[in-house]
Amino acid sequence: MSRVVLVTGVSRYLGGRLARLLSDDPSVERIIGVDVVPPKADLGRTEFVRADIRNPVIAKVINAAEIDTVVHMNVIATPVGAGGRTSMKEINVIGTMQLLAACQKAPTVKKFVVKSSSTVYGVSAKDPAMFREDMEPKKLPRSGFAKDSVEVEGYVRGFARRRPDVLVTTLRFANFFGPGMDTPLTRYFQLPLVPTVMGFDGRMQFVHEDDGLDVLQQCVAQDLPGTFNVAGDGVIMLSQAVARAGRIAVPLPTPLASVVRDTVRRLGLIDFSPEQVEFLKYGRGLDTTRMRSMLGFSPKYSTVETFDDFVHAHHLREPATVDRDLVAAGRGGSR
Amino acid sequence: MSGAKVIPIDGSEPTPPRRRPTTKPASEKVTPGRSRASRRRQPVPEEPAEAPDLQATVDAETPPQGSLLRDVEHALAGGMAFLRRRLNGDFEVDDFGFDQQFNDAVLMPSMRPLYEKWFRVEVHGIENVPADGPALLVANHSGTVALDAVMTQLALHDHHPAHRNLRMLGADLVFTMPFVGEIARRSGHTVACNPDAERLLSVGEVVGVWPEGFKGIGKPYRDRYKLQRFGRGGFVSAALRTRSPIIPCAIVGAEEIYPILGDARFLARVLGLPYFPLTPTFPWLGPVGMVPLPSKWHIEFGEPIPTDQYPDGAADDPMLVFNLTDQVRETIQHTLYKLLMQRRSVFF
Repeated sequence: MSRVVLVTGVSRYLGGRLARLLSDDPSVERIIGVDVVPPKADLGRTEFVRADIRNPVIAKVINAAEIDTVVHMNVIATPVGAGGRTSMKEINVIGTMQLLAACQKAPTVKKFVVKSSSTVYGVSAKDPAMFREDMEPKKLPRSGFAKDSVEVEGYVRGFARRRPDVLVTTLRFANFFGPGMDTPLTRYFQLPLVPTVMGFDGRMQFVHEDDGLDVLQQCVAQDLPGTFNVAGDGVIMLSQAVARAGRIAVPLPTPLASVVRDTVRRLGLIDFSPEQVEFLKYGRGLDTTRMRSMLGFSPKYSTVETFDDFVHAHHLREPATVDRDLVAAGRGGSR
Repeated sequence: MSGAKVIPIDGSEPTPPRRRPTTKPASEKVTPGRSRASRRRQPVPEEPAEAPDLQATVDAETPPQGSLLRDVEHALAGGMAFLRRRLNGDFEVDDFGFDQQFNDAVLMPSMRPLYEKWFRVEVHGIENVPADGPALLVANHSGTVALDAVMTQLALHDHHPAHRNLRMLGADLVFTMPFVGEIARRSGHTVACNPDAERLLSVGEVVGVWPEGFKGIGKPYRDRYKLQRFGRGGFVSAALRTRSPIIPCAIVGAEEIYPILGDARFLARVLGLPYFPLTPTFPWLGPVGMVPLPSKWHIEFGEPIPTDQYPDGAADDPMLVFNLTDQVRETIQHTLYKLLMQRRSVFF
């Protein structure tokens, strides 16, 4: 049970929505939200503290409010809006280290929930079809968000060793999609022409923002220590997703793909790391057996439904209509 | 969503199929007693159209004897609907990326002429493959490119009473190559690793392995029909863990399609390939050299070797795993000798 909850990254979209959800929960006494910028959205009864988790000041916040549950939502996926890659890495890695250092010294902290990502499994052609939580990556991520996530999880494991009395929940989310999400991948599918890598078609798995938030809220409400993959059921192929979004895929040969990636990155359209290009080529599947059996959670949206919800929310394509001319053709044929 | 349902291109049920009227005697024979597995994965030509109302309309208003014009119109409508579904991304793939619709409507038909007309594949013992539930099919590998694997897949797909899909475990190289890897995934295959093998078997699929790997497929012509070493026996432990029967499978004919007389090691290294074959026609005749020789093929599915009588943890007993591996290997080798003795000639 959680009484006083600290949510980091509360001014960001998912952090803000989680704070809002928690403030509707009467069993939670107080919610403290921290971030470096003030929140734009309404956070309910959340008390906002403008603090940087990269700074020891966070320890004072934790001690003063006698926080018992920390939800770490401040591992960010894209340098856009974070002030560049250096700043992003600092927020992710140094921020997590400072936060964990503060938690380690705080006797009141009993639970630590971290929003991690399935990028920790890396991407390669040799990957098994579905990653279980106990599987090692075939190829360790070397850059960007994926590498940060690996490092963050490493520090969280270290923290769990040093504070065995704290319940640590690590949630490895598939790529978030939904009406409100803004990630490199959601922007990618909004391009009018979607560049893909010729001869490859990644299997992708997504999680709906509502499902992700439900899991986070459940992990705050109940004691569910461990590492869990969180993803919607089923997979969608990249080509299929592009088609469902009503976009046109432009397959590029591998060497050209990296040139295009660099150009798009320079123009500041989408920040794509080399890992993300590999992800477009091979994709990744997650085994969510533990999520179902141990968290007792079943997502409301499948991967395809998640993607369709995103497509409709952004009006990328009109909802599918009945194939009228097909029916007409069938009737015409039988006359 | 009802995404993966496919409209038959051949037209509706009441009219006799116009395409390929003489093929698939085995499948027609057993259609009444369709098994659970076959219902789970309906083959395209027999699963009628998408929208039930549309199909009902067609069925109700169609007289049993139709005109050619109507058939063409039906075929066009079906083809258009198929295209539209593909262009709208309106289909389903399984966790491995298996696209049954694409496989049944495009990939399998594209290989069928090779199977029926070129290699004239004769299938023996298909009844040894169970109609439902898991099975691990282990076969000899040969022929420079993995046509033997594709032909075995087609044999099960077309001639097994339950039209089972063979889910193969391929080498890493297959999945790193552009196009090849993509098509392999669409056709239901995955990377050879224990987790994937066990996952497929535990959901009741027929999994195909070619344990000789590149040693088998790229061996010189003088070594034809000599089984190479069988990897580390990982396939046996996967079968033991999931208690799936092992079906030894012998393929005769594939050795002669591209006889490897030499191996250009240097070129292979430059191109990052395990071998670079030199056959009597390739690369000397260019693209013409890539036409396989029309050998006559026999595929024999042997008696299943049960694995459910072993105790729990048998997969962790290396001696048992090695013995079973040897048993499978010996069975395949003997079947190969038997088939070779019966064969009249390489080409007939």
